[in-house]
Amino acid sequence: MKFINYLKNIDDVTWYPIITFVLFGLFFLLVLIWVIGARKTYIDQAKKIPLND
Amino acid sequence: MQIEKFSYDNRPVKWFAYATMFWAIIGFTAGLWAAIALYFPQINLNWGPTTFGRMRPVHTNAVIFAFVGNGIFMGVYYSLQRLVKARMYSDLLSKIHFWGWQLIIVFGALTLWMGYTTGKEYAELEWPLDIAITLIWVVFGINMFGTIIKRRESHLYVAIWFYIATWITVAMLHIVNSMELPISFMKSYSWYAGVQDALVQWWYGHNAVAFFLTTPYLGLMYYFLPKAANRPIYSYRLSIIHFWALIFIYIWAGPHHLLYSALPDWVQSLGVVFSVMLIAPSWGGMINGLFTLRGAWDRVREDAVLKFMVVAITAYGMATFEGPLLSLKSVNAISHFTDWTIAHVHVGALGWNGFLTFAVLYWLIPRMWRTELYSKPLANAHFWLGTLGIVFYAVPMYWSGFAQSLNWKTFTEAGTLQYSFLDTVNMVIPMYKLRSIGGLLYLIGAIIMVYNLVKTIKSGVFLAEEETEAPALVKHEKHVGEHWHRIIERKPIQMLVLSSVLVAIGGIIEMIPTFLVKTNVPTISAVKPYSPLELHGRDIYIAEGCYTCHSQMVRPFRDEVKRYGEYSKAGEFVYDHPFQWGSKRTGPDLARIGGKYNHAWHFNHMYEPTSTSPGSIMPRYPWLYTQGIDIMRTPKMIRAMQTFNIPYEPGYANRANADLEKQAKEIAVELMKDKGIQQIVDMEGIKSLEYSKIVALVAYMQRIGTDIKNMPEKERPEH
Repeated sequence: MKFINYLKNIDDVTWYPIITFVLFGLFFLLVLIWVIGARKTYIDQAKKIPLND
Repeated sequence: MQIEKFSYDNRPVKWFAYATMFWAIIGFTAGLWAAIALYFPQINLNWGPTTFGRMRPVHTNAVIFAFVGNGIFMGVYYSLQRLVKARMYSDLLSKIHFWGWQLIIVFGALTLWMGYTTGKEYAELEWPLDIAITLIWVVFGINMFGTIIKRRESHLYVAIWFYIATWITVAMLHIVNSMELPISFMKSYSWYAGVQDALVQWWYGHNAVAFFLTTPYLGLMYYFLPKAANRPIYSYRLSIIHFWALIFIYIWAGPHHLLYSALPDWVQSLGVVFSVMLIAPSWGGMINGLFTLRGAWDRVREDAVLKFMVVAITAYGMATFEGPLLSLKSVNAISHFTDWTIAHVHVGALGWNGFLTFAVLYWLIPRMWRTELYSKPLANAHFWLGTLGIVFYAVPMYWSGFAQSLNWKTFTEAGTLQYSFLDTVNMVIPMYKLRSIGGLLYLIGAIIMVYNLVKTIKSGVFLAEEETEAPALVKHEKHVGEHWHRIIERKPIQMLVLSSVLVAIGGIIEMIPTFLVKTNVPTISAVKPYSPLELHGRDIYIAEGCYTCHSQMVRPFRDEVKRYGEYSKAGEFVYDHPFQWGSKRTGPDLARIGGKYNHAWHFNHMYEPTSTSPGSIMPRYPWLYTQGIDIMRTPKMIRAMQTFNIPYEPGYANRANADLEKQAKEIAVELMKDKGIQQIVDMEGIKSLEYSKIVALVAYMQRIGTDIKNMPEKERPEH
């Protein structure tokens, strides 16, 4: 009665971790692309917010 | 551009600052008390409320939700107003939030001392308090989002993203993990059982660390560090990656608390992989913090605030390096259930949370009272006492953790275990003594801080309304080519939705299969529901916090199987609401304790542990002998179990007490054959032994793990 037997009863359970990594990979890539491409003026403006109060 | 005049409300900041200082002293003292109890068990004063099993939850809850919780709110109420250039949305909600939270803490501490607990770590508070927490959290949310919505600054600074993610994730964790079925005003049973309960609990437990002790404090770091260093954060780009990667990854890591347990291997592996990945965003944040001080390191020598911040961020880095390390199965096999985990969490709690809170207090109070800090030498003394306290705490615990694990696993050449469990306990007692010295130093430091800040407050005048002005927010016109993230960032509700989707993904993907498993788990036929008396005994086991020192999970290791018996199977826990696997073995595992000793042994052991186990550091439990069980509650208990589809016969609730009395009498008769026990019964003036708590507890102890033990070896399940 290995647990893998129960997990086999879930259709295509092997997709779960793959979906996970694809989701994370895509999301991370999106954030990375944006961060690299963000305008310097915006970054400079945003980082100074705490010092402007 | 129209300039608007308005004021920041410093009052809630002041209240939360007072509260965090007050609860720091209470929480640290409870911790010191619990630490001393591990080598001087008589400190329990033979009284339930002062016994380790109740003091430990009081300590953890006081430090996490009272000290750190109030620290979060102090920092958020100060920084949020200034970051969005708006007064808090509602003065009334600020007041309700403050007093509501303090009432929850007070009632929480009182009820934990009284033995009302759900038996799930860091979620011990019973259902009425769970509802109160939900309501007050909503009040905090309305106040926070109301403030963000009426802001005068178009961009939401990264600290606010951390606050938003904290709010939504804590709400989700709290609600999902607190699903319980009440049977009376202060008693409920977890809706989940066994493996599922363990998964939900550690998904919660780990993410309570992530989203209560880490993300809000990162928000505070991103605001208060630039303020104290008087320079912007090193890399705003890095902070964006830090935020999104951290919240996405953190939520998956919970299963690393259950490695080698009966949790499906697949979920364990996913937990490990994400835990290892966590090092990247965590260190990104640490580097961002430390690099912010570039060019300002000379000031660190002079400025107590910066000193505390540097150690806090370094401790964050150490703890987040160690976390992924501890998640590796090979390392976890050594560290789990030992004091190594205690060392790990205290590097985070004392170093990261404690020191950052102290830094913010030292920075805020002179500013809000328009004065100078009363004494810089005292602040420096606090810094050194605190730092030494952390070292004296952590090093002995690392030592003790390694020693425990190695000693547990040592075999003689003949293939028998080298040490009894008690030997391994007594070998680390000197480390427990050293640890309490560390805790004492840390507490003395905190007392010095309170004195220093009270003197500062007395020398100044509190500025309740801080007048300021800012241009009104101009409605933003969308333009072609605008970046998508700026759109999200300007709209807090979208930010909230995106954050909640991200943190929900991890929980859903991990939990759905494990919950589906439940319907597929062929129940082990020999595993039967608890008898009514055993259920009462189990409630006592939970109320006394036995799980704070004893696990009920034999891992499939040679030494554990040799020491305790057959390793634990998932199907054994299907009737356990809540699960009681525990997370620390100060005492031995109890998963196979049933039938190991006779009734009299257990009776004597709880009355005077050293009588059966010389050198034991377990406290005495004399009140279990004079207090009785409430048999009026039995039908409700059975009905609750039937609600969970536990197969008691229909109508059994009304007959259950007859079975209870029969089993209790059998145990009592057996016990009374022992002359020593007769003397104890006379001495304590026990009138009806069969209804005493100790008899119910003995019934439960004798049941634990016996279902499989009594099966013929060939029929026992493999997993």
